[in-house]
Amino acid sequence: MSSKRIKTPDRKGRFGQFGGRYVPETVIYALDELEKCFNTIKKDKLFKKELTALLKYYVGRPTPLYFAERFTEYLNGPKIYFKREDLTHTGAHKINNTVGQILLARYMGKKRIIAETGAGQHGLATATVCARFGMKCVIYMGTEDIERQAPNVDKIKLLGAELIPVHSGSKTLKDATSEALRDWVTNVRNTFYIIGSVVGPHPYPMIVREFQSIIGRETKQQCRNQLNGLPNIIIACVGGGSNAIGIMNAFIKEPKVKLIGVEAAGYGLKSGKHAATLSLGKPGVLHGSLSYLLFDKNGQIVLPHSISAGLDYPGVGPEHSFLKETRRVVYETVTDKQALNAFKLVSKLEGIIPALESSHALAYIIKAKKSFKKNQNIIVCLSGRGDKDMGIIEGL
Amino acid sequence: MANRIRDRLSTLGNRKLLIPFFTAGYPDLKTSMEYVRIAADNGADMVEIGMPFSDPLADGPLIQHSSHIALQNGVNLKSILNGVKRLRSNLSVPIILMGYYNPVRAYGDARFLKEAKVSGVDGFIIPDLTIEEASDFNKQIKKNDLSAIYLVAPTSSKKRIKMISEMSTDFVYAVTVTGVTGTGKIFGKETDTYLKKLKSILDKPFVAGFGVSSPESAKRLGKYCDGVVIGSALVQIIKNAATKKSSLTETGKFLNNIRKAL
Ligand SMILES: Cc1ncc(COP(=O)(O)O)c(C=O)c1O
Repeated sequence: MSSKRIKTPDRKGRFGQFGGRYVPETVIYALDELEKCFNTIKKDKLFKKELTALLKYYVGRPTPLYFAERFTEYLNGPKIYFKREDLTHTGAHKINNTVGQILLARYMGKKRIIAETGAGQHGLATATVCARFGMKCVIYMGTEDIERQAPNVDKIKLLGAELIPVHSGSKTLKDATSEALRDWVTNVRNTFYIIGSVVGPHPYPMIVREFQSIIGRETKQQCRNQLNGLPNIIIACVGGGSNAIGIMNAFIKEPKVKLIGVEAAGYGLKSGKHAATLSLGKPGVLHGSLSYLLFDKNGQIVLPHSISAGLDYPGVGPEHSFLKETRRVVYETVTDKQALNAFKLVSKLEGIIPALESSHALAYIIKAKKSFKKNQNIIVCLSGRGDKDMGIIEGL
Repeated sequence: MANRIRDRLSTLGNRKLLIPFFTAGYPDLKTSMEYVRIAADNGADMVEIGMPFSDPLADGPLIQHSSHIALQNGVNLKSILNGVKRLRSNLSVPIILMGYYNPVRAYGDARFLKEAKVSGVDGFIIPDLTIEEASDFNKQIKKNDLSAIYLVAPTSSKKRIKMISEMSTDFVYAVTVTGVTGTGKIFGKETDTYLKKLKSILDKPFVAGFGVSSPESAKRLGKYCDGVVIGSALVQIIKNAATKKSSLTETGKFLNNIRKAL
């Protein structure tokens, strides 16, 4: 793999063949306007200053790169470091993106904000910045997720957001996203849609990547200081793929750094109940872009399954499809059970309760520990904390 | 094989187009195909047949509902083409297939459009296939002498309206208001102004749809364009009907009233 990389996305929002804009005509003008404003604002000194200050004083960045000593001892193999996104305000990487997008919304003069959420972390991060900036906020969430991520639901309401339960289809992230898009098509003139991952029509995958890339930039700097150089391997879980792109983007051009994305295998790859989009899907169109997707022989979307609400989605960001096909990133899977074991193990060994999403990345290290060498440094994106998942654990 | 849409448009004169929409497979495949015939007998100039999709992004609750039932009934693109083929033995009304891109893409654009033409389909509306993404699809449309109908929205710029008109082979579909399909939309001065603007920009015929649910609204919109599309209102009638048989008569009566008002 050469370190040369064509600039992605291209002018039509394509990462290779993936990406683009597959949306009702009504929102095209809003996507054009969004792209234009984003390209202007990202070079603006005042914007950069304000974003940097928010990330530092409100979000709590930089987040530490933590040496997981007892987990490393347990593995008796490579050295494991956690990039502690769980320590951000609201407890997951999602807030990096929402502080960026809320500034963009304000710049564009939009007063009403909508968002979809699965695990509730993006809903919470959106409701939080809406409270902070005094904007009206509407969050769409599937009824199954409302049940399994109840603590986040209460927080979202306390912050003053309106939470709209979605009863249709999967009752999870897929249908929450569809409902948010329908709202946007209807109220596009006064509404800003804060998408929570590197998915959706162009320019969203590019915008979310930009705001999440702070994770990787910090990690790179911290590696220089703490490891005297680059890490050998970076591992992140992949739902839509924003924490993964966020930590990987700064390392894409470092061919020596191996990048691994971990998808949810649910009850197992052969069970038909999983969310292993890149591993078992095919290119298709959903929620505005062409990317790997889980669908049946008739082109109908297959209902995914994962114990983790944030990974329970039949699609994935178009850039990941591109990184898969160019083989720059390798995509692996772990099951619900393996993720749960990692969740419990890391809690006991490190005194850190990881989100079930992040537990998939941790579980892969355990699963593949024989493939690593003792002298390797592995960074795991600990994308969020697991308080929200206590209900799921108790229910088992 | 001729293109029935082009033929119909060339002999239209002052008549306004009435284009009803039915979801294939709702309440079942056979009945849904009978609506097409009923529509043709009650003043429809063309008929849209909806190809159900699991995630219909541009649709409100009614068409979401009909799509859901249709999929439960096991309808797929192949069975829809077979249904059209059966109708064609003695039905000449132009038929337009409307649906989302993923099922079509999964079938294969080239293969599906070719088989659609042979089955007696005349045109396509794919609401999530924007003109930027449609160049390959349009090649297949032209190759098979089918019609491609693209959507313009109240938010489309003048430049885009022209591009959409160019990509549309025979006529253009104007979405009346920002929003998804559904009944009970209110058409005010804003809609009139928008349709008048379209008339001044477009050099092709255009029809208005999304939310047309009564003879009055059809008549109002018909003043400023070349016809109307009616979808959710028909799903509502079918949903409310006591039996499948009465849904057929109700559908006929409703369309007849619209025809008279237009
Ligand atoms: C903690 C955490 N990690 C990961 C994800 C998955 O999203 P993404 O793949 O975009 O990072 C979520 C989504 O809700 C999350 O809450």
